[in-house]
Amino acid sequence: MNNFKVLMNGIIKENPIFVLLLGMCPTLGTTSSAMNGLGMGLATLFVLVCSNVVISLVKNIIPDAVRIPSYIVIIASFVTLLQMAMQAYVPALYSTLGLFIPLIVVNCIVLGRAESFAAKNTPLSSLFDGLGMGLGFTLALTLLGSVRELLGTGKIFEIVIFPEHYGMLLFVLAPGAFIALGYLIAIINKFKKA
Amino acid sequence: MEYLLIFISAIFVNNIVLSQFLGICPFLGVSKKVETALGMGAAVAFVLTIATIVTFLLQKFVLDAFGLGYLQTIAFILVIAGLVQMVEIILKKVSPSLYQALGVFLPLITTNCCILGVAILVIQKDFNLLTGVVYAFSTALGFALALVLFAGIREQMSLSNIPKGMQGTPIALITAGLLAMAFMGFSGIV
Amino acid sequence: MKKLESSLKNMLLVLTGITVLSVAILAYFNELTKEPIAQANMKILNDALMSVVPGFDNNPVADSDTIYKMKGEVKTVDFIIYPAKKDGEWVGTAVQSVSLGFGGDMTVLVGFDSEGKIYDYSLLSHAETPGLGSKADVWFKKGEPGDIIGQNPGDKPLSVDKDGGEVNSITASTITTRAFLNAVNAAYKAYLTGEVEGVSGATESAIDSEITATENKE
Repeated sequence: MNNFKVLMNGIIKENPIFVLLLGMCPTLGTTSSAMNGLGMGLATLFVLVCSNVVISLVKNIIPDAVRIPSYIVIIASFVTLLQMAMQAYVPALYSTLGLFIPLIVVNCIVLGRAESFAAKNTPLSSLFDGLGMGLGFTLALTLLGSVRELLGTGKIFEIVIFPEHYGMLLFVLAPGAFIALGYLIAIINKFKKA
Repeated sequence: MEYLLIFISAIFVNNIVLSQFLGICPFLGVSKKVETALGMGAAVAFVLTIATIVTFLLQKFVLDAFGLGYLQTIAFILVIAGLVQMVEIILKKVSPSLYQALGVFLPLITTNCCILGVAILVIQKDFNLLTGVVYAFSTALGFALALVLFAGIREQMSLSNIPKGMQGTPIALITAGLLAMAFMGFSGIV
Repeated sequence: MKKLESSLKNMLLVLTGITVLSVAILAYFNELTKEPIAQANMKILNDALMSVVPGFDNNPVADSDTIYKMKGEVKTVDFIIYPAKKDGEWVGTAVQSVSLGFGGDMTVLVGFDSEGKIYDYSLLSHAETPGLGSKADVWFKKGEPGDIIGQNPGDKPLSVDKDGGEVNSITASTITTRAFLNAVNAAYKAYLTGEVEGVSGATESAIDSEITATENKE
């Protein structure tokens, strides 16, 4: 399959959040601001690409019956590497994202792509798939984060668009995450049908 | 007394789904009928409580003892994956009917963020074993509660007239948001 | 290329192999990143220290005293006291204090000048509600609604307006405000009793040796 198509697939046609509806936990939990959404997206992108490539490289030496535990070990290793690197070089983002970083391990997108794509395709294609899905995820997260930050505090990426007291605090809190995502998906569905 | 506080707070004030955003995938995916929601809730409660005990012991007696803290993620998830496998096998032998009822959900529990999430939280909050178990069990009850409530609402909603663009996930999410708002009202209790 | 068959031997071999390899790689990277992580943490602490006390030229972290408390069998950190000196003269003290906020522990680093007045503070970590209690990181600073800079908790412990005090509570976050002020008041008490130089003589030497004893036990 054309690698460029694979890439675009992950961003638009099979966008993990807006279309496949996978990886909801970090989507709702880390998008209280555009920056956090972006950071989380990129962190997941890293794990997605690395695990997709490695799993694709070793797919033939993993007996079928132990493939899930093996994938999990590989994914968990990359997540741990990511944890260490983030703690050392971006500690502020690390403490904001908190629990959700180790939870990348159980992000359905990562294991899902490993199982449905990387296990059946070449390392190069898997790289593009991981990249595409990761970019789609990052885009969705940053978009949701921006919407929530804008409506909640009047800022996007800390740039003030309108004064904070016109903002609806609800959007930065838990219920707002659900509601914002709900409306976003509704709007996107509208565009898809058009 | 402290246990009661943890119990109430884990179920209502800091509900694992509605305010901590863990366990959303099953929350959205398995909540179309109250029956299935109950089944999933029960399965999660079972696995979560056992997983917390095992990961706690693992952390204290292996990871901390040998300074292997950085292996926490990998060790915990392997333990959880193994546990779920074991539970499936045991359940199949011991209670085939229960296995049938819970059947589909069990493998899904491995990737349920709330299991790994709670296991890590128990260590982070520095609980002792008993407190940790109370916390885990209460959290699971909170999960089940959120799921069942949501399923009840969705069952009703399937009989209502919903605008085309909002059908399915969008309206489910907005409903979840309203439910989360309702739960925010509990924050005054503790 | 044909996949390896799922014989027990292969399964165990592959799974163990992958796990061992992963653990080895992680152990290597753990060693590699230990230093940078420690440095990053040090930087955060040092930045906070520089902002909460008047200019100093000593190393407050090296000169710090940690006061522990016993929670059953476990020794937990109660306060950490960082003395700040310039040209050998004591200019202020920063105290790290923890209190239970709305969502969990709240760690505050309060800086007192040599007269016991609050110089500045830094909210090191908290678990408060974003947009509400989380405002504690700026709400109590100079010029903000809950300004406590320059106040001396020794004259009168800080308390929130709802409790008859003078500090404006963060909107809709009285619990967070109370917790924060508790942390500051407790920090002041620790500053008094644990101070290495200054304050009263008699209590001071007894406590000095108590602190040294705690340090030696570590």
